[in-house]
Amino acid sequence: MKAKVTVKLKNGVLDPQGKAVQHAAQALGFSEVQDVRVGKSFEIVLEAKDPKQAKERLSQLSEKLLANTVIEGFEVEIL
Amino acid sequence: MKVGVIVFPGSNCDHDLYHVLGKVVGFESVYLWHKDRDLQNCGAVLVPGGFSYGDYLRCGAIARFSPIMQEVEKFAKGGGPVLGICNGFQILTESHLLPGVLMRNRSLQFVCDTTRVRVESSETPFTRKVEAGSVLQMPVAHGEGNYFIDEEGLKRLEGEDRVVFRYVDEHGHTSDHANPNGSLGNIAGICNAARNVVALMPHPERVSEKILGSAEGKIIFESLLAG
Repeated sequence: MKAKVTVKLKNGVLDPQGKAVQHAAQALGFSEVQDVRVGKSFEIVLEAKDPKQAKERLSQLSEKLLANTVIEGFEVEIL
Repeated sequence: MKVGVIVFPGSNCDHDLYHVLGKVVGFESVYLWHKDRDLQNCGAVLVPGGFSYGDYLRCGAIARFSPIMQEVEKFAKGGGPVLGICNGFQILTESHLLPGVLMRNRSLQFVCDTTRVRVESSETPFTRKVEAGSVLQMPVAHGEGNYFIDEEGLKRLEGEDRVVFRYVDEHGHTSDHANPNGSLGNIAGICNAARNVVALMPHPERVSEKILGSAEGKIIFESLLAG
């Protein structure tokens, strides 16, 4: 089974990287870009008996390893 | 006392620490390999700076799960003194031995500079020889030293006098321009509730010998001796 986990900073946590990208975008003439949040995306191939189980396991993995839940949230998507 | 310096792949301040502890301060210092599960009866453990596991995923995130860190967690929970420096601080927050997280510097740049750091508390094994309020000049060298914790966590740290080090300017004030990385409350280092686990971003081991410019940081390691 294939899945995608997206990790991004929680709302309210300042994202200086996102801000830098936003400013660069505006400097390039993309003045409509109002806000940018930079995150990480993991493409994962795993064995699971059904999508529900895969999602559950990947949520555990995200809590434990992929995200630092002090500042980051995550989304698991089964592809 | 025997003190252990953890060695991860990518640690780069381990030799400095080993040298300062063993040759300058006078402990018996030993290296503790990341794959080992034995703290060799050390009375204190130091987690050095560097780029453990290439800083992959997040700084300290992989190191946290190494076999030796499982032992360090047990040691820390049993009251053993643990000091994290720079990457060591990042590893200790990822291990949940210390609260909060070290984020990318607000400048987005790696900062390599000398900072003034005020010691806020003498009530830890690594500051007990330092009078609270003293200022030490110590270098920083990091890309992710921007300390962050939620409001409730910060209140708790402040209320329990657990902010151990703070960046200050030449007048001793916690001004914004003295803050090298954007850390909340100019925080440079903290301790856990039991006060035996301490960590800071600046590098006391790099200012522990006069011949290398300054010995102001040596007192951090000598404090351990005073116990």
